[in-house]
Amino acid sequence: MSTPFRQEADGLVLRIPDGGLDQTLLGCPLSSLGIDPGRPVRWLRLEAPAHWSWGTADAAFLDDVLRQLTGEAIRLDGVPRDLQALMSLARGTPSAQAAPAPRQGLRERVGLGVLAWWRETLAMVALIGDMVLRLPRLLTGRAMVRRSEILDVLAESSTRAIVIVSVVNLLMGAILAFVGAVQLKTFGAGLYVADLVGIASVRELAPVMTAIVLAGRTGASFAARIATMQGNEEIDALTTLRVPPEEFLVLPRVAALSLLMPLLYVYACLLSLIGGMIVATLMLDVTATGYLIETQAAIKSANFAIGGLKSVVFGALVALIGCRCGLRAGRSAADVGQATTAAVVNAIVAIIAVDALFAVCANALGV
Amino acid sequence: MTTPRIALHDVSVGYGGRPVQSGIRVEIQAGEIFAVVGDSGSGKSTLLKSMVGLQPLLSGQVLFDGVPLDDAAQDGPPPFGILFQGGALWSSMTLLENVVMPMDLYGHAPATARDLLARFKLALVGLAGHEDRYPASLSGGMRKRAALARALALDPSVLFLDEPSAGLDPLSSRRLDELVLSLREGLGITVVLVTHELESLYSIADRMLFLDGEQHRPVALGAPATLAATSDNAKVRDFLARRGLSDSEREARS
Repeated sequence: MSTPFRQEADGLVLRIPDGGLDQTLLGCPLSSLGIDPGRPVRWLRLEAPAHWSWGTADAAFLDDVLRQLTGEAIRLDGVPRDLQALMSLARGTPSAQAAPAPRQGLRERVGLGVLAWWRETLAMVALIGDMVLRLPRLLTGRAMVRRSEILDVLAESSTRAIVIVSVVNLLMGAILAFVGAVQLKTFGAGLYVADLVGIASVRELAPVMTAIVLAGRTGASFAARIATMQGNEEIDALTTLRVPPEEFLVLPRVAALSLLMPLLYVYACLLSLIGGMIVATLMLDVTATGYLIETQAAIKSANFAIGGLKSVVFGALVALIGCRCGLRAGRSAADVGQATTAAVVNAIVAIIAVDALFAVCANALGV
Repeated sequence: MTTPRIALHDVSVGYGGRPVQSGIRVEIQAGEIFAVVGDSGSGKSTLLKSMVGLQPLLSGQVLFDGVPLDDAAQDGPPPFGILFQGGALWSSMTLLENVVMPMDLYGHAPATARDLLARFKLALVGLAGHEDRYPASLSGGMRKRAALARALALDPSVLFLDEPSAGLDPLSSRRLDELVLSLREGLGITVVLVTHELESLYSIADRMLFLDGEQHRPVALGAPATLAATSDNAKVRDFLARRGLSDSEREARS
């Protein structure tokens, strides 16, 4: 690598070649540039071609060299005045040297992660408690909530989610019937496909799958909406009006999804049973009437009660997690994305975990 | 002696326990237009947010008519309206709904009169005929004016303006300044504004407080023109004298 510097008695000559400075020299130490760091430098002369037009890279290069040349003030010869002005501008605004962040070891990171998770869990529990306390205000019409907000959320979460809820549950019923039919047919027990699809759909699949669909659609949309409001200072505007965002934004959403989910659950059960019936009648020697009678006999009211209860809890959970992720979001565009992702992931994990809890409780109660 | 409309007693503001500004002692009288000025990152907006209760004070007290904000009746409306830097209009509502909502929340004025009042306030800021538009369909200047109408919804005695001219062209900025002056003259509102704009500062502010970002404390308090001429702080004089390059300076550089 040829160096543009020539060292003289107590000075340096920087010769700019015709094609301009080689930018790979930027950031090189003095020794790599052919400068003896031990020798004092009192002046620096720039020799440039007649029509040299300098750029910020040249200014940065020269500035870097001058910073590395510590000692007495260096006189500059032949350096264009505007280039000198640019360099003094960069030097005149020293950036605050932020203390380097201490490196965190694995144990520290795990510990901090657990603490953050614990804090978030506490915040979530506090939010649930807050909602329970505010519910009477909502029911008696004293809550700072716009009725249109609840209706908007209901409309948005129902009409736009209905297609995907239909498709997912119809297919889940069909897949369950197909898998069941293949196995049960070998034992001559094909009719019991109706029992399998009926119980599994009503008790587990319909509430869980519908909640997961809502987590992906509605929960994510709640998080994105509230996080965007956070970034636009809309939540600050509410707070200055003494309107708690938990009441104005979270409560109507939780109420709306808790009301909507049982309706979607019933619809999802119906679709799932239809999906199972279509496959059973096509694959097995079962009539639609026979299938329906068997389904009716198999599904106990307790199954409906458990499924219905799950749907209410899952609805509230999806709304709470979506809103919480939005409320705790930062104020940048990236934070909106992170809030949305967190809302979906956390809601799905919570749905599965709470479903497992339901299973344990139902087993303990013998339901 | 009359009670000041706003009094700051030894106020310190900051984040995470780290003060950005300390030792702020100011009394703002009713009907005054008071500007908070300073270099970038000096804590102007932080001070404003702390004054309205969006951020806790690290120490000290902010009194509105002699009463701390936290002690004022929490069920009632706040004693102030605020215009945020970006407007902060609720995006899911029309302009009319944005202005009506604070009135609905506090039962301000008879329900039947709220629409009319909101329309009047929108007309006051030059947005008559735009009542049914959503914030996303407005220009920056219109959003600011609509947000100002919302800030006036509850007829507050104090108006906080956070960088009202930011992002506005000079004409819109000037119109906003005139509007603030008219509001003070017509309604006797006290205005506290955070600004960088010298034009606005000289045009409308009665007094200003200069926050020094390096010393983390206020370094000047007084009328802008007086401080520009007599302040013993070079930074304040320099700040207030900045009016762009003169012709001779421009010539010297070319």
